[in-house]
Amino acid sequence: MLSFIARRLLATIPVIGMVALFVFLMLRLTPGDPAAVLAGDNATTEQIEGIRQQLGLDRPIYEQFVVWIGKLARGDLGQSYHFNRDVTELIALRIEPTLSLAIVTLIMTVVIAVPLGVLAAYRHDSWIDRMVMGFSVLGFSVPVFVFGYLLIYLFAIKCLWLPEVFDFKCRWFPIQGYKSISDGFWPYLHRLLLPGITLSVIYIALIARITRASVLEILGEDYIRTAYAKGLTSRVVLMRHALRNAAVPIITIIGIGIALLISGVVVTESVFNIPGLGRLTVDAVLGRDYPTIQAVILVFSLIYVGINLLIDLSYTLLDPRIRY
Amino acid sequence: MSATTDSRAPEVVVDAAAAAAASVRKRSIWELLLKNSNVVFGGVIMALMVLVALAAPWLGTIDPTDIDPAFRNKLPGTERSFTNDSGASVERNYLMGTDSLGRDIHSRVIYGARISLIVGITVAALSIAAGLLIGLISGYFRIVDGIVMRVMDGLMAIPSILLAIALVSLSGAGLGTVIMAITIPEIPRVVRLVRSIVLSIREEPYVEAAISVGTSTPLILIRHVLPNTIAPLIVQGTYVCASAILIEAILSFLGCGIPPEIPTWGNIMAEGRIYFRIIPTQLLFPGLFLAFTVLAVNVLGDGLRDTLDPRLAKRMQ
Repeated sequence: MLSFIARRLLATIPVIGMVALFVFLMLRLTPGDPAAVLAGDNATTEQIEGIRQQLGLDRPIYEQFVVWIGKLARGDLGQSYHFNRDVTELIALRIEPTLSLAIVTLIMTVVIAVPLGVLAAYRHDSWIDRMVMGFSVLGFSVPVFVFGYLLIYLFAIKCLWLPEVFDFKCRWFPIQGYKSISDGFWPYLHRLLLPGITLSVIYIALIARITRASVLEILGEDYIRTAYAKGLTSRVVLMRHALRNAAVPIITIIGIGIALLISGVVVTESVFNIPGLGRLTVDAVLGRDYPTIQAVILVFSLIYVGINLLIDLSYTLLDPRIRY
Repeated sequence: MSATTDSRAPEVVVDAAAAAAASVRKRSIWELLLKNSNVVFGGVIMALMVLVALAAPWLGTIDPTDIDPAFRNKLPGTERSFTNDSGASVERNYLMGTDSLGRDIHSRVIYGARISLIVGITVAALSIAAGLLIGLISGYFRIVDGIVMRVMDGLMAIPSILLAIALVSLSGAGLGTVIMAITIPEIPRVVRLVRSIVLSIREEPYVEAAISVGTSTPLILIRHVLPNTIAPLIVQGTYVCASAILIEAILSFLGCGIPPEIPTWGNIMAEGRIYFRIIPTQLLFPGLFLAFTVLAVNVLGDGLRDTLDPRLAKRMQ
């Protein structure tokens, strides 16, 4: 087991190295002078020269890479040009909303998608099954932002099913924005619900589909028939025999789906005006703030790789038959 | 010389038999495809979209970039008469209203179909071509496999929209860059698919037979391995097309995609979002077209998967 953890950890090193190399090369290999790109359109020749020396762009490329990696290892991601502060500091400030949104979404997804998938597999070929499958195709097709604006329109602006009392308009949800958890739990959660639903749609579509497929496969096994023959109730068979055995593929897809979640965060935060990492990415791109773009990509990729590493390591806990 | 002819002979026979079998299979595959309601639904809508995109100038549209400051933010269905270039008075119904610069949204949405389809189809074609080449080589030649797969793993670890956004922002917005930026994150997925097929096919007896009669490696790859990748790649291609259309719209919506003066569904929505509370239809119409198109492509993909690639279909059901 220990040797497996060690091997698995070692295996992520080349992946992370590759990501770092891509992010490094991205700026160096694009057409044009990176110093000129960084300096912006109105920079003077001296300013460009200054940036070139500051970044060490006059040195050979492998030397630049070593220096850059060295800084990275010390947590120095450089200076943001747009926001005029350390990128590390900037990311630390912006991570809370994103993390909150991701956790709310994850909880909603698992709570909704897994039972839906199990139900669809249990009632295979029934109308419930067809609804779940239809929803999962639809969920993959409706763009996050279209769905987000639709929700805002229906539940924060028009407020369906809510009466207008005199001049006071009741609202289901605030339209946009974010409140930190330090402002109280309910205002915090209240503002995360609509973006959470928006973001979870595509994720629910994915997980429900995979849950259904895995459970359906397990339901055809002999031990399921045996369990029924013993007189166990469907609930026990589904939960203890089917779902437990289908757990590994489901958890794997939840991990892979984190990539969808990260992509969705960038869009959802823009729609709902949440000052998180996704919004930071868009602002950095619009402000041509390359150190920040590089840092955000690195952070998101590390989160993605890290979560999938943890999931790989959790297999033995989920399924004791798996031994390394 | 005679030895060469002898060794080729069985292959020719096999090929003739394969061709006969293929013609039978081809007919039945078309029948199978037409029997699948998903293929028919998705295919018909896609064909309609292509028609709409091609016939854009004749679908009651005017120049989608025509700015009219006196006629901004009109609701759908607003009518107006104006004098055209030849001096005649024309009555015109703005079916979807106008945007904040007075441009006709109906025309913009119709012309926007062109960009979405171009992006979707080009990205699918390019990523399949690149992925096929890399996957074939990496699956068949062990020496390059390790390095290629590490690069692909690294690329896959970066969430695709982020990678696309970064690539566009570095190389400047434009149709070509957007296509390139969406294609690059899609390539590793195709490579993995092709590689996994190659790895299983290279162990097949007929590949061993081809090797033992002295067929050259490129010929083995093209004649024996490549045909096995076609069906899964067609399926994968439709999914890539759907996701490319979505990502293009997202990039344009975020303001880091195709330049705003070109009408695309994402751009129309990006402009409409500011007036969203007052005129939600500026967002709704392009959003509906986008969702419907992506849905059609996805459904088409599901149908193709069920008919062309039963093994994968079985795993997904």
